[in-house]
Amino acid sequence: MRHEIASLIIGLGYLGFLFLIAAWADKRAAENKSVINSPLVYAFSIAVYCTAWTFYGSVGRAAETGLTFVITYLGPTLAMLLGWVLIRKMQRITKAQKITSIADFISARFGKSSWLGILVTLIAVIGIMPYIALQLKAITLSHALLTNFPNTTSSQMQPSGFLSDKAFWVALVLALFTLVFGTRHLDASERHEGMVAAIAFESLIKLIAFLAVGIFVVFWLYQGPLDLLTQAAKHPNLKANLGLEQVPGGALGWVGGLALSTLAFLTLPRQFQVLVIENVNENHLKRASWVFPLYLLIINLMVLPLALAGLMLGKGNPDDYVLTLPLAAGYDLLAVIVFLGGLSAATGMVIVETIALSTMVSNHLVMPLVLRWQALHTNSNLNLSGWLLGIRRVAIIFILLLGYLYHSLIGDSYTLVTTGMVSFAAASQFAPALLIGLYWRGATAKGAAAGLIGGFLVWAYTLLLPGFAMSGWLDISFIEQGPWQIGWLKPYALFGLDNWDIYTHALFYSLLVNLGLLIGISLFTRPNHLEQTQAALFTQGLRPEVMQTSVWLGQTSQGELYQLVKRYLGQGASNKIFSLETATSNLGAERAETAASPRLIAKTEQALTGALGSASARVLVNSVIRGQALDLDAVLSILDTTSQALEYNKRLEQQSAELALIGEELRAANERLREVDKLKDEFIATVSHELRTPLTSIRAFAEILNDTPDLEQQQKQQFLQVIVKESKRLSRLIEDILDLARIESGRLRLELSQVNLTDLITDAATAITQIYQERQVELRLELNIPAALVKADADRLQQVLINLLDNASKFTSKTEPLVELSLEEAGNSWLIAVEDNGAGIAAAERKKIFEKFHQIKKHQASNQLAKGTGLGLAISRGIMQHHGGLLYVTEPQKLQGARFVLELPKNSH
Amino acid sequence: MNKINKSNLTAKFVALSLLFLILFLPPALLLFNVNSSLGFSYLPLYIFISWLLVIVLLAWLVETHL
Repeated sequence: MRHEIASLIIGLGYLGFLFLIAAWADKRAAENKSVINSPLVYAFSIAVYCTAWTFYGSVGRAAETGLTFVITYLGPTLAMLLGWVLIRKMQRITKAQKITSIADFISARFGKSSWLGILVTLIAVIGIMPYIALQLKAITLSHALLTNFPNTTSSQMQPSGFLSDKAFWVALVLALFTLVFGTRHLDASERHEGMVAAIAFESLIKLIAFLAVGIFVVFWLYQGPLDLLTQAAKHPNLKANLGLEQVPGGALGWVGGLALSTLAFLTLPRQFQVLVIENVNENHLKRASWVFPLYLLIINLMVLPLALAGLMLGKGNPDDYVLTLPLAAGYDLLAVIVFLGGLSAATGMVIVETIALSTMVSNHLVMPLVLRWQALHTNSNLNLSGWLLGIRRVAIIFILLLGYLYHSLIGDSYTLVTTGMVSFAAASQFAPALLIGLYWRGATAKGAAAGLIGGFLVWAYTLLLPGFAMSGWLDISFIEQGPWQIGWLKPYALFGLDNWDIYTHALFYSLLVNLGLLIGISLFTRPNHLEQTQAALFTQGLRPEVMQTSVWLGQTSQGELYQLVKRYLGQGASNKIFSLETATSNLGAERAETAASPRLIAKTEQALTGALGSASARVLVNSVIRGQALDLDAVLSILDTTSQALEYNKRLEQQSAELALIGEELRAANERLREVDKLKDEFIATVSHELRTPLTSIRAFAEILNDTPDLEQQQKQQFLQVIVKESKRLSRLIEDILDLARIESGRLRLELSQVNLTDLITDAATAITQIYQERQVELRLELNIPAALVKADADRLQQVLINLLDNASKFTSKTEPLVELSLEEAGNSWLIAVEDNGAGIAAAERKKIFEKFHQIKKHQASNQLAKGTGLGLAISRGIMQHHGGLLYVTEPQKLQGARFVLELPKNSH
Repeated sequence: MNKINKSNLTAKFVALSLLFLILFLPPALLLFNVNSSLGFSYLPLYIFISWLLVIVLLAWLVETHL
């Protein structure tokens, strides 16, 4: 009893401090300076996932079953990976419809069904009760350990009556604390800013405490992680290898555990509360989606070292190692910090879970009853807003006392692990209705209800009843031989499916039944209109425009609506809805008579939903509306038209974008065609002109010869020579044009063979000797490479060379005409350069000379054109390109004239 | 363009989830379920390293693409 009083003061002092934080956050929120408007606070508030089960239980699980503990934290990581897609959708819907809890969410999705709300609430209360009991147990045990260590071990404590049982007082203190936190406002969809700030702070404390004890053990009691591992390996008591074999159910158990924790993370009422309902801004989800998994990773780092150290210590219950390690080493201050960490973990969970559950109980269990109580409902003088808060407060106390009852009746037979997993499996039953409802419009309320009931019954049979048997409420033969000795009904091995770990087994059967009923019955039932509307709104939840559809079409006066709201929400809230100036003024008589607009009715319904849940709010609004309250056919058709129109719109947009793209391409193609057409016209004009010139002279001379038979023989001869020369020129021109046509259309056939350029050049030089001699031009060859091999058409290449040499000879200097041809090697190519000593080609001309019919003036001074077709260079360049080579003009290097270069790729084979 | 980017982003999140499943489901898990010289399995080391990897990838995706 050394620290009894001190530890009590510390514990209560800590709770008091939390309360100050919450009050401060609430005050800031009222001043519009919210402290929880930050992704980090949001991420830390989600860490309410780590309860006393994490803080004490993880180490216990690690000590007994190795890596199993980590599965519980991998699942949420997976859920957060899809958070931006999945959780954001839930947040959007929740904000648009002012949803207050997961029961409300499921009920609203399936046509605001009251029955579904009741069902989900009952399952949640029954399923989560053990989990709350677990937190009470953790607080009581850790406190006992802290004050009595090492005299008593926790499990032997037997309370004589509930007044002397500490757990009872813990439950009571927590209930008071939750009352103060959770029921400040009536509107449950309004966020509990103070509570969120406090649990975010608690998350920080539990992380620090857990890391502190971990670092203390690894670096104080041992010399670092390696030392710890080596010592653990040598220790005789330790046979763990931390592999998959230690996980119950092996690989299959691992998969089952992962599925369980992923689903439970999304469906546990407190997780839904912090993830969806308490979220301030959906953008916080971005950073939180990686910060929260990182939090889980960090808090899990120390679990294995603590478990190994605890096992080597070898004293007490593995669930207590976190506390016994510092206590056994005599570090009482550290033990107190650990106790506060565990207290944070447990209280955070209890507060959020109780608020979530009490909202569900008051909105879905109690309110429907109250609404049926005619006397209460029709008495318009009664102000019900106070009642509502009262109901919620009673619900909080009721839930915590139920938790205490569970703890004191059954709690001791269970370890921390078992209880948590049982609750996880119960919460997972919400997953099919929740997730399938979000994406499949065809899911109906009857299907969801059947699925929930079926799944819950299987859960109770495979996990809850065997749990009762284990604690002695039922005969143990129920588990071992099955009920009435029927072997295939054994709850842990249903239909002979044994060797599975009990949680994977239960999850498999319950989800099988749940999903099967949900899908099967949905396919064979017809949803009513409200269900169809809600289904459309939920499945299209990420589209902002869909959520704003107003659905009320009936008639009522503003006065009636005002009275209704005032009765349930109080005057302040009603005046806000009806946008009245001061909190005390009343709706004027004139305004009370005017009809309420559909918008105002929708606003009223939303406000009531925020306080009472969607099902009750609908009943209430219906009670004051005359005529057809909700033209759901019309609404549905609007929704369908909207979504269809959106779909068409999207498709049209896509098509017009495609059309624009095609139009652009067509325009470009047209542009090219025009260009080509213009070139073709020009080409034809030039060709005709070029053909006509020789033809004209041929015809003229032929006519002279024809008309004047008595022409002199000498003159006749001269004329005939002209005709022959011009004919030759004409046929050369036609040949060139045909060549060009072949090259340009790509029909030029090359007969490729291995060619030695040196030989080829020598041959070309020989062939052109005659012309050079006639023109008295000197040709100098620089061939220093005996074998320059290329793959080429020898005849065509020769044509090019002769063309270049012929051209060069025409443009040499008059005084000492000289042409030089050289062969060089350049990397992977051969270069053949033909250079003359003429006037050269101006830089501006160099590109043009390769154009068709372009001719250079023979000498810059005279205006005389060189003889030729003007196609030679165009053809040569085409031939070179067909060879994969190049033909271009460069700066002169030796002779100051024009320098043409042929470049051809080498062929080494 | 905006719509294309959005659906692309969803695809990225789904792809990352698939990576997670590959890393943390049996076939890959069994590869690392081997004992070290000390007698402990390498599995815990593998789990924590790949966990960190997935978180870093997610952080990168969220902070640069969203």
